[in-house]
Amino acid sequence: MSMNNQGRPSAIPANSGAFDGVTGTVTGNRGLQIEEPLIFEQDSAGRTGVDLPDVPKVASRLGAVKPRAKVGLPGLAEPQVVRHYTRLSQKNYAIDSGFYPLGSCTMKHNPRLNEKMARLPGFSDVHPLQPVSTVQGALELMDQLAHWLKTLTGMAAVTLAPAAGAHGEMCGIMAIRAAHEAKGDSGRTKILVPESAHGTNPATAAACGYSVDAIPATADGRVDLEALKAKLGPDVAGLMLTNPNTCGLFERDIIAIADAVHEAGGYFYCDGANFNAIVGRVRPADLGIDVMHINLHKTFSTPHGGGGPGSGPVVFAESLAPYIPVPYVTHGKDGFALVENAGEGPAFGRMKAFHGQMGMFVRALSYMLSHGADGLWQASGDAVLNANYVMARLEDVMTASFEGPCMHECLFDDRFLKGTGVTTLDMAKALIDEGFHPMTMYFPLVVHGALLIEPTETESKASLDQFVEALRALAERAKSGDVTYFQAAPRLTPRRRLDETAAARKPVLRWTPPVVAEALAAE
Amino acid sequence: MRYLPLTEADRQSMLEAIRATSVEDLFRDVPKSARLAGPIGGLPNHMGELEVERLLGSMAAKNVPAGSVPSFLGAGAYRHHVPATVDHLVQRGEFLTAYTPYQPEVSQGTLQVLFEFQTQVALLTGMDVANASMYDGATSCAEAVMMANRITRRKKAILSGGLHPHYRDVTTTDARFIGFEAVALPAAPTGGEDLLALVDDKTSCVVVQNPDVFGHVRDYTDLAAACQAKGALLIVVVTEALSLGLLTPPGDMGADIVAAEGQSFGNALNFGGPYVGLFAVKDKYVRQMPGRLCGETVDADGRRGFVLTLSTREQHIRREKATSNICTNSGLCALAFSIHVSLLGEAGITQLAQLNHTKAVQMADKLAAVPGVQVLNDGFFNEFTVKLPKPAAAVVEELAKRRILGGVPVSRLYPGAMEDLLLVAVTETNTDADMDAFAAALTEVLA
Ligand SMILES: Cc1ncc(COP(=O)(O)O)c(C=O)c1O
Repeated sequence: MSMNNQGRPSAIPANSGAFDGVTGTVTGNRGLQIEEPLIFEQDSAGRTGVDLPDVPKVASRLGAVKPRAKVGLPGLAEPQVVRHYTRLSQKNYAIDSGFYPLGSCTMKHNPRLNEKMARLPGFSDVHPLQPVSTVQGALELMDQLAHWLKTLTGMAAVTLAPAAGAHGEMCGIMAIRAAHEAKGDSGRTKILVPESAHGTNPATAAACGYSVDAIPATADGRVDLEALKAKLGPDVAGLMLTNPNTCGLFERDIIAIADAVHEAGGYFYCDGANFNAIVGRVRPADLGIDVMHINLHKTFSTPHGGGGPGSGPVVFAESLAPYIPVPYVTHGKDGFALVENAGEGPAFGRMKAFHGQMGMFVRALSYMLSHGADGLWQASGDAVLNANYVMARLEDVMTASFEGPCMHECLFDDRFLKGTGVTTLDMAKALIDEGFHPMTMYFPLVVHGALLIEPTETESKASLDQFVEALRALAERAKSGDVTYFQAAPRLTPRRRLDETAAARKPVLRWTPPVVAEALAAE
Repeated sequence: MRYLPLTEADRQSMLEAIRATSVEDLFRDVPKSARLAGPIGGLPNHMGELEVERLLGSMAAKNVPAGSVPSFLGAGAYRHHVPATVDHLVQRGEFLTAYTPYQPEVSQGTLQVLFEFQTQVALLTGMDVANASMYDGATSCAEAVMMANRITRRKKAILSGGLHPHYRDVTTTDARFIGFEAVALPAAPTGGEDLLALVDDKTSCVVVQNPDVFGHVRDYTDLAAACQAKGALLIVVVTEALSLGLLTPPGDMGADIVAAEGQSFGNALNFGGPYVGLFAVKDKYVRQMPGRLCGETVDADGRRGFVLTLSTREQHIRREKATSNICTNSGLCALAFSIHVSLLGEAGITQLAQLNHTKAVQMADKLAAVPGVQVLNDGFFNEFTVKLPKPAAAVVEELAKRRILGGVPVSRLYPGAMEDLLLVAVTETNTDADMDAFAAALTEVLA
């Protein structure tokens, strides 16, 4: 199909019912939903969206390297670029537009004050290797954030370096290994991970050279303490446990779990992805946890940005406090100082370049200051209240996997769909047509066809009620045998269900210039 | 509290619906000894916007923004002009406040952006395919080494002495804990390494950086071929992505994997993060890649659309057998990168890269004219190393007092070593007046 410069199909391809068959319009557009070709399909050679000064006439000094002939990027003017990305943005669902109850992801409101603060030139326009005397405010901010995180968790030390939750897990497991090594204990080859764990937990443990031993859950959705004890021994380096767990439940036996792990000489890693349920109300240190990561992009409202960036600070109890990576901020005689090299202390190494996700630190501290101790108490309370409310209002039409109370999220499975032909996936897609982002599907793996709903505290009762009514109606519809309705969903989105199998079978992972594509096809 | 929509009346009626007596009652599974009785002590109570702005504003005011003075810092983070359009578009809530595109029907915006981003990265690096981003250049580098280990089933990486020390340290940290060997060569401020001599039948890869941390640019075509002849891969690291607008790209030199930092496009300095790791490979290695990949497909009506694909490499499907544990990546920074690159286009990127290079050549000449100063590089892109007659860290402090951020002392990256060396980066943001002021101040400080 050929495109004109505005990115619209210039003609309906002959012999194709595609466009008019789907949308009934000449353009393929549907009112506010506008089709948008790839940026590479809007090229005009020589055109650009920037005006730059002339290049001084100076002989180049590239040594033995030749300048490249061409990159192959398309040329567009600024208005075209603005329209391209604006149209693309309109094909996304987002917290700003609606309810996003994605379990385990804590899709809460992202305050714009945080964005404004992160863009103050004193934070955004500071180079990581400026003389320390010129970045005292940046170090002060990191020190303040560290203070908040240590106070909220009751822990002795914190590293701000890790870039996300999984990176924090890596950091924590490395610290555990470093601590065992420091004791000359090299016989510990295993990490215990519950079956309900997020995929990053076993992936992290394995990446750090440990074998992963799964611990089963009890009928009430929690770690089986006896099974855990049976597996503990001199070959276990530690336990990785999410608390509240991925079923949305608080691990009632957590203190006994911690004691058992410690008694066996292991360390207790807590995946803090679900910290939002208890922040400001329960201090992880009081539960016997040795090390825990915190997702600033969940609990502390930094935006997910369509997949990242995040920030995954890790807090450490006294036992592991010496084993943190560089860099970290210290209080020197001339103000704040920065320890940047592992040779300068017991630090075990480095997680990433420079000093961590500063832009996220500013946003998270802005959020903490806005809430304060009283606001965080209320926020975690409301998060838990909202989840329990949704659970209570759906329990009679859907099947809750475990008895409540739940914490910040509630888990259903697909028993209520048994015999209807409708799947968890179908329910999710039907919810999309109702104007909601689906809940997390098929995770955790410990129940069949999981539907994990996390409303967060920033949702109003009206919004929860509307969601509940929609879900109740869909559940009734499924039970009434209207399978085809579900299988055809979603109908009202920019694209209907996408063929993921075809995508994986013959991966097309980039645009290829038409001439090259033709040559490849001819091969 | 302004972010909490529930009213007291809502809370009461919801508690009734749940048949709970109080919110505290819902926390009854938490051991009593660990339940706080009320808001946590030792932290202030809530604040309005104005108060937060005042407090954080006062912290920001204690820093010297690089843009407020002549600034010549690089070493893996570069101050470029980011067009206003970029920040406007990345702040659209539909991009900013969306999650990872796991529901493709309501995420075609993010997915198409990723598909275009992957294509732009592949074109810039000269490679076949790229992923949807990593945390940063340093973690990309470490992941590239681990990928080479998987592909070759060997466990020894050779790291050039021109590799950024932070990238080296992230890789050697992984090596220590993950269990492979990373042989890091001593810093090579003037080059002259014989990397090939170290490659044996245990070597999975050689890692070089171009331009290297001292600014040298090199042609690695012969090294690539020689490594491959010995069954090892060549990994090329790029910390200044704009250099790809001017130099022969790593793909054309025969690199197997490119691990790069993409901050230069679209992303502010941010005191070191968040940035965006680029990761590009030859086609045949796609299934060993870490991270998310977006691919093209069709929907139920036969229309082109995009999905995350080849997920069987990833932790959420493969768990302990995944190629990497990465989940959250640098999505929004990748979007900023992509918008900036789209604005530049072919003509803009070439001109911007040339502008950076020629300004750096001019600056090198001005500094070479300062008594006692020697430029170490024959070939460079927008950053080079100078040898000073005095310790660079002290010189940089003196320059800062004169309100000039005069580069990165090499000893900041290599404590206790090469104290007379200074890294100087020049971009389009540096005016002729900035460059003259720097040369004049340096003359004064060294006098
Ligand atoms: C329970 C749990 N653990 C770990 C992670 C990984 O965190 P991140 O995506 O920040 O790496 C997530 C989120 O994705 C999660 O939900």
